Formats: sequence, C-alpha cells, structure tokens
Amino acid sequence: MAYSDKVLDHYNHPRNVGSMDKSDSAVGTGMVGAPECGDVMKLQIKVNPLTGIIDDAKFKTFGCGSAIASSSLATEWLKGKTVDEALAIKNTDIVNELALPPVKIHCSVLAEDAIKAAITDYKVKQGADVAALAQAH
Amino acid sequence: MKPIYFDNHSTTQLDPRVLQAMLPYFTDLFGNSASRNHAYGWEAEEAVEKSRGQIASLIGANSKEIVFTSGATESNNLAIKGVAEMYAEKGNHIITSATEHKAVLDTCKHLEKKGCRVTYLPVMGDGRIDMEMLQNAITDKTILISIMYANNEIGVLQPIAEIGKLAKERGVLFHSDAVQAVGKVAVNVISENIDLLSITAHKMYGPKGVGALYVRRKGPRVQLTAQLDGGGHERGMRSGTLNVPGIVGLGEACAIAKAEMAEESKKLSGMRDRLRAKFEAALDEVFINGSMEHRLPHNLNMSFAYVEGESLLMGINDIAVSSGSACTSATLEPSYVLKALGLGDDMAHTSIRFGLGRFNTDAEVDYVADKVISVVKKLRELSPLYEMVKEGIDLSKVQWTAH
Repeated sequence: MAYSDKVLDHYNHPRNVGSMDKSDSAVGTGMVGAPECGDVMKLQIKVNPLTGIIDDAKFKTFGCGSAIASSSLATEWLKGKTVDEALAIKNTDIVNELALPPVKIHCSVLAEDAIKAAITDYKVKQGADVAALAQAH
Repeated sequence: MKPIYFDNHSTTQLDPRVLQAMLPYFTDLFGNSASRNHAYGWEAEEAVEKSRGQIASLIGANSKEIVFTSGATESNNLAIKGVAEMYAEKGNHIITSATEHKAVLDTCKHLEKKGCRVTYLPVMGDGRIDMEMLQNAITDKTILISIMYANNEIGVLQPIAEIGKLAKERGVLFHSDAVQAVGKVAVNVISENIDLLSITAHKMYGPKGVGALYVRRKGPRVQLTAQLDGGGHERGMRSGTLNVPGIVGLGEACAIAKAEMAEESKKLSGMRDRLRAKFEAALDEVFINGSMEHRLPHNLNMSFAYVEGESLLMGINDIAVSSGSACTSATLEPSYVLKALGLGDDMAHTSIRFGLGRFNTDAEVDYVADKVISVVKKLRELSPLYEMVKEGIDLSKVQWTAH
C-alpha cells in the first residue's frame, strides 16, 4: 500500500508522543480501540484552568501507520484550541488532511473518538454530569 | 535501492542456472512435445522427459508418475477434485486441516457444495495436527486425506510419514501440498506413503507458471478425473500443450536442489537461528509462532508483542517480508493460520514472517535484525499497550472499546 507523504511524515516524526499524569485534574485521557482489532489509541489533553485552552496534548498509538498519523495529527490540532473548538474536529478533516484511502477511514474515526473521550474525561473531572455529556455529543 | 528480499515463502528468485537451461527452449528448441512426426517435437519431448526424471528423482518417484500443471493451485485442484470425482462411488468424505493453503481449503469448500463432506482438523499450539484426531476422523466414507507438507506462514512440518502410514493402513488416499517443502527438506513419496504430491517451480528458484502433481502408479494405482478437457496430454489427466521452457526450468531447479539441498538447508537454518537469537537478545516480549523442532530450515515467524504488524512493515520498508496482520490485505482479518494455533487476534496482528533463501547473505541477516529491532523499539515507545504492560496492567482485564 502506498502512503501519502503526510502519513509518512507523521509516522517517521510522530508529534507529541508521550503520557501525562492521568490523575491530574487538568488532564483528560481518552483510550479507544482494542488490541484484537489491531488499533488502540490513547490521547491526552491538558487544559489551562484559567483560559480553558488546551495547552498540551500527547498520544500513544498501537496501530497501522495511518492510525499513528491520525492521532499524531490530532494532537497537533488540539493544542491551542478551546475544549469546545476541539469537539468540532471531525474525522473527515483528518481523512482530507492525510489523504487516507477508504480502507483507512476507521483510523480517523478512532482519532475523533479519542478526542471526544479525552474531553469527556476532562469534563467529568471538572464535575460535569456524565449522562448530560453523553447526550450533548 | 531495492528492498532486501526475505519473503522466500511467497516466491523465490529464478536461479541463473535455471534460466540458462530454459533459454534454448524459447528460441531454437521451440517444438511442441506432442508433435510425434519431426525433430522439433522429439527435442521438446526429450527435454520434458528429462525434467520428469529430475523431479521424480528428487521425491523418490518414478518419472511416469509426474503430471505437469501450471502450478500448485492447479495441482491441488486436480488432486482433490480429481479424486473426489473418480472415487465418488467409494465415498464422499475428505479430511484436511485448518492451516492449509487457500488452494486446498477453497477447493474443499467447493466440493462441499457438490455434496462432499469435509473435516477440517484443527491444529495444536505448535501448528501440527493431532494424529489421534486424524485417526478418529477417518470413516468408511473417507476417500482422501489432504495435509500439507510444510506450512507457508509458519514453516511447520506435519507428521507426513505417520499420516502416510495411517492412510495406507486404512485404505485412504493421501495427498500433500508440498510446495514449501520440496527442494528444501528431504521428501520421499515411497517411504512416506504419499499418493499425490503438489509441487511448484517458483518456490524453489524455478519459473512461475509451472508445477507438477505426483500421482502414484503402483500400490495403489491412483486415478483422477481430469479437470480440463482436450487433447489428453499427461496420460489423460491434464490436457494442454506442455509449457516446455517452464518444465525444463522446473526440472533443472529440482536437479540443483537435489545436489545442494543438504548444505543449503544447513546454511539457511544457521542464518535463521542467528536472526532469532538477535531478536531475542535485544527485545523482550517476542514469541515464535509454531514448532521450532518440526520446521522448514528457512522460516521464522515471530510476534513482536504490542507492535502492530503493518506499522512495523512500514518502518522496515527496505526489507521485503510478510505480516500476519491482514490490515495489509483487503480482508482486515488477521491470519487464519496464526489463529488456528490459538493465537489471539492481538498477537496475530503483531507477527512477521521471515523467509530466507538461496541468495540471502549473512550481512543481510545482520542488517535485517538491527533494523527490525530499532523499529520495534521505536514503535513500542509509541505503544500504549507496551506502556500499560510495563506498568503491570493485565491487558486481558482491560475493558476495551471495540469498534
């Protein structure tokens, strides 16, 4: 399979690889996927309590090159956005940016799910009602 | 620069000596081996008969027992469908195994639709069939056992001599798809009681598009229903003008294998063992898939836990190997062979098949080992699974969000 230059770039130079303290109240962690399916993404955001802006984002991904690139790109996009702006990131944006072929669209879906899961985790830590959040998404 | 070729179970590079033997049959010696009236035909026929002898000699057969085909897929189809049709009055039950090549499995599935009953034996954790299960699976309706000699993914050798002995005792025909084994390990249709044996040239440094089926002529005399109608070539079992240059190539490949196999297999297993030792010295959590004791000398199939196979292949794109993760194919399913060993999908997704061959060097083994090790280490830095395992988390207890 031929990979786009952007997928190759993220694969060869993944941005924001790492982990943040899961117990930190300013950190939201999203883990999606399953080893049996061949991909697991862990995406974390750190939100500045004063500005509500995502100061930092980290990821670790077990998966194919497109999955790695999707999550690496997501962390780049997340930094500097407010939580609500981050929620507006769609998997189709990732597909377009990375020129993912149809068989790899599920990688972008997983990245969007990881963003939403991280934000939900952050909001829950801030005292939000989980049921209300689920409805809002 | 072209990638280093470590995918010799897929196909092999044509040996230059084989090419030299073939070349005249593309030009001056272009005759049809079925032409009985002139020298062009006689020359071609002589070449075909020489090849038959070379093949027979490698597997302990008589040259009259060799039927030329277009390759292993055709040989497997001819053997299995040919027996099922010819012996339909005797019975309709076929026994095969879960780890066979698709050319056997799909042929059996086709026959199931036509009223045959097929038993797909599971394999044990080491990739071999259980002889007791085979014994118990045989009924008075069983006409054929089809078990591969060596597996194309994990290189595991089946207990062929034991199967042959059992089949003979029970009066059941025994077919073996031996494309991965012939020319690599000693195969003998007499001592191993094999009735039908599939061979292909391109897995043993010969050309693509030519193969053979060994069909036993004595004790018992095996009969097959032809699958192609036409001029009645190959004792009526396979019509069609013979691919003379290809057949010459197959014969030459067999002759070279016979002369060099013992030494070559020692060299290749040494290289394979060194590759394995390097992986095991540098990396934790690496696992061999399939028996090491009963294995082709040139095969290594390893799972690099917590690193997904396709991402690993992407990092070693200057090395040609195959992955057990089918993210690479259209099916998005991990390898059915690895799953048959009892591997979970998670481990199947992390496996790589290394297939060494005649033209590989020690320097290439070192390069491949170092490269794979460095990419596995890099991807494990990226792997949330590896991180969790290092934190002491049991992954099997984690609630995953399957998608």
